[in-house]
Amino acid sequence: MNAIDPSLGKAAVKLVSGNHACALGALAAGCRFFAGYPITPSSEIAERLSRQLPEVGGVFVQMEDEIASMAAVIGASMGGVKSMTATSGPGFSLKQENIGYAAGAEIPCVIVNVMRGGPSTGMPTRPSQADLMQARWGSHGDYPMIALTPASVGEIYSETIRAFDLAERFRTPVVLLYDQVIAQLSETVALGGAGRSSATRTWASGSREAYQPYATGSDAIPAMARPGDGYRVHTTGLTHSESGFPTQQPEAATRNLERLFTKLDKHRDEIDSFEALQCDDADVLIVAIGISARAATRAVEQCRKQGLRVGLFRPITFWPFPEKQLRAAAAKAKAVLVPEMNTGQLQFVVERVLGKPVDAIHLFNGEAIAPADIAARATALAKGA
Amino acid sequence: MYIDTAAEFDVRDYLRKEMMPHFLCPGCGHGIALRALLWALHDLKIDKDKLAVVSGIGCAGRLSAYIDANTFHVTHGRPLAYATGLALARPDLHVVVITGDGDCLAIGGNHLIHACRRNLKLTCLMLNNEVYGMTGGQVSPTTSESMLTTTTPLGNQEPHFDACALATAAGAGFVGREVTHHVPKLKELIKEGLEHPGFAFVEVLSDCTEIFGRKNDLGSSPEMVMRQTSAIRPSAYADTVDTPFRSNTLRTGVLAKTDRPEYGASYRKAAAARTGAPR
Repeated sequence: MNAIDPSLGKAAVKLVSGNHACALGALAAGCRFFAGYPITPSSEIAERLSRQLPEVGGVFVQMEDEIASMAAVIGASMGGVKSMTATSGPGFSLKQENIGYAAGAEIPCVIVNVMRGGPSTGMPTRPSQADLMQARWGSHGDYPMIALTPASVGEIYSETIRAFDLAERFRTPVVLLYDQVIAQLSETVALGGAGRSSATRTWASGSREAYQPYATGSDAIPAMARPGDGYRVHTTGLTHSESGFPTQQPEAATRNLERLFTKLDKHRDEIDSFEALQCDDADVLIVAIGISARAATRAVEQCRKQGLRVGLFRPITFWPFPEKQLRAAAAKAKAVLVPEMNTGQLQFVVERVLGKPVDAIHLFNGEAIAPADIAARATALAKGA
Repeated sequence: MYIDTAAEFDVRDYLRKEMMPHFLCPGCGHGIALRALLWALHDLKIDKDKLAVVSGIGCAGRLSAYIDANTFHVTHGRPLAYATGLALARPDLHVVVITGDGDCLAIGGNHLIHACRRNLKLTCLMLNNEVYGMTGGQVSPTTSESMLTTTTPLGNQEPHFDACALATAAGAGFVGREVTHHVPKLKELIKEGLEHPGFAFVEVLSDCTEIFGRKNDLGSSPEMVMRQTSAIRPSAYADTVDTPFRSNTLRTGVLAKTDRPEYGASYRKAAAARTGAPR
């Protein structure tokens, strides 16, 4: 049994970096296609998969640009293979149109965005947490999105597996967002064991005549036709009816978009994930993700030692945002503090969810937020509270 | 070598009846090109269940929806990139890309040159009508010099691309061009492209009569077909048609054919060798 977490079963404990853990998580999840383009600080994922995918019958391809990598990943997934790409800020921007295609045509895929400083080329080797909004709203038009924000190397491994499970289950693109610090930080991770995924999308079965590519049961998730299985369906980025063919009929267009949202809304219990650390009696609630949450965890410990009631709420599924769960965690808090490595993206969400202004620490100079800085602000808030 | 299989080929066996009538304008050459493609697929007895057609955005991009196969209508300029992923993941499928001159040479130009270089087994059919028809008739990378479009009111001042020369220079294993005037010849050329073991680029000189032809006073649809190149103009029509609007130097037929290793097979072979080798 595994010494770190018995629930992981018989697993190998290894010292790996966040990016390598991501690649290993993808392999464990059954990813067998990766297309990418070199970009700092995500390239180690591509490098590792270029070595390991061919060993398990998979395919790695370095495409001519970021747009092509996203397109190739969707193309491979349309062929029925679990597929992923990895990038960082500028590449994430370039991928957005095709991410929207995957959302609209409902093609499962995983996109890793290792967040670095921006805007534009920014600080390629320095961390940031400034792509939270882009992960949700980056492509044009209305569409739902799942984005996960792991905070440790071990969690990158398990959340990469979960990203594939969610993508396959809900036929949707899933974004994995983590910052440069945990991308290139090395920690021990329990690999394999019970963390291995077996989820696959639901494939069309039954007669071709009875099959409608986007017709669903009450779960709102359509079964996908695999090329070669005889269904010969049409897939398009145009607004389509249940038949898969383009339509401009208002009722069909409404149904199409409403179902995209319903598909996730109905299954929030399967999608939502968060950590609430000592929130029950907290006077001061810290809300943070990624490396900022790691620093906040230390700050909570320091404050508690001084007898201050400070807690941490950490979204692991960032989109859709765990709104109910945050409201519950913040119910008794007299003050809320959001430390984040951007100019206020998480603060914006927290203020909307809680319906009141909250305190924040914004750091966007390419440095991670120090635990002492969070502890000092939390202490001041606790004493004022 | 032209084989007359017209009698046994019924285009309706390959079309989605529920998508008819099609949306192409009267006189558009794209329907002729589509028919030639379906005829070539018929001749080669390619199983519709194993056929994947990937198309981009524009008039040419809409054609995939009419084909009774596994069809993917993707984003503007990217069908080759989608098809690359699909063909690498599913080497058992026969993957055909349908694209237009704007889709393939402007917004998708980078994907074209790298698809040529990579030499993955794909058949790329580029329908060149010299204009962005779907968006109302703007200048494209293949619009001939001096022609009028909605965005070249002064006459086009940019030189046009020779797509086949570009594909050849980028290393495409098979490059060919044909006009919609010669349907059996076009069908045979597409067949040869489909049979080629690596990346095949086939340019079809098609006509946009409603928008481009009207704007430039190029006459009726038959007249435009006659103008496609002077070389194919039957002499009987010489008096009725004046100068061709396209460069007379555009050659037709098979323009390049080389035997290079196909990318997918090379990758799988190298992977198999590695898997068998000690780590």
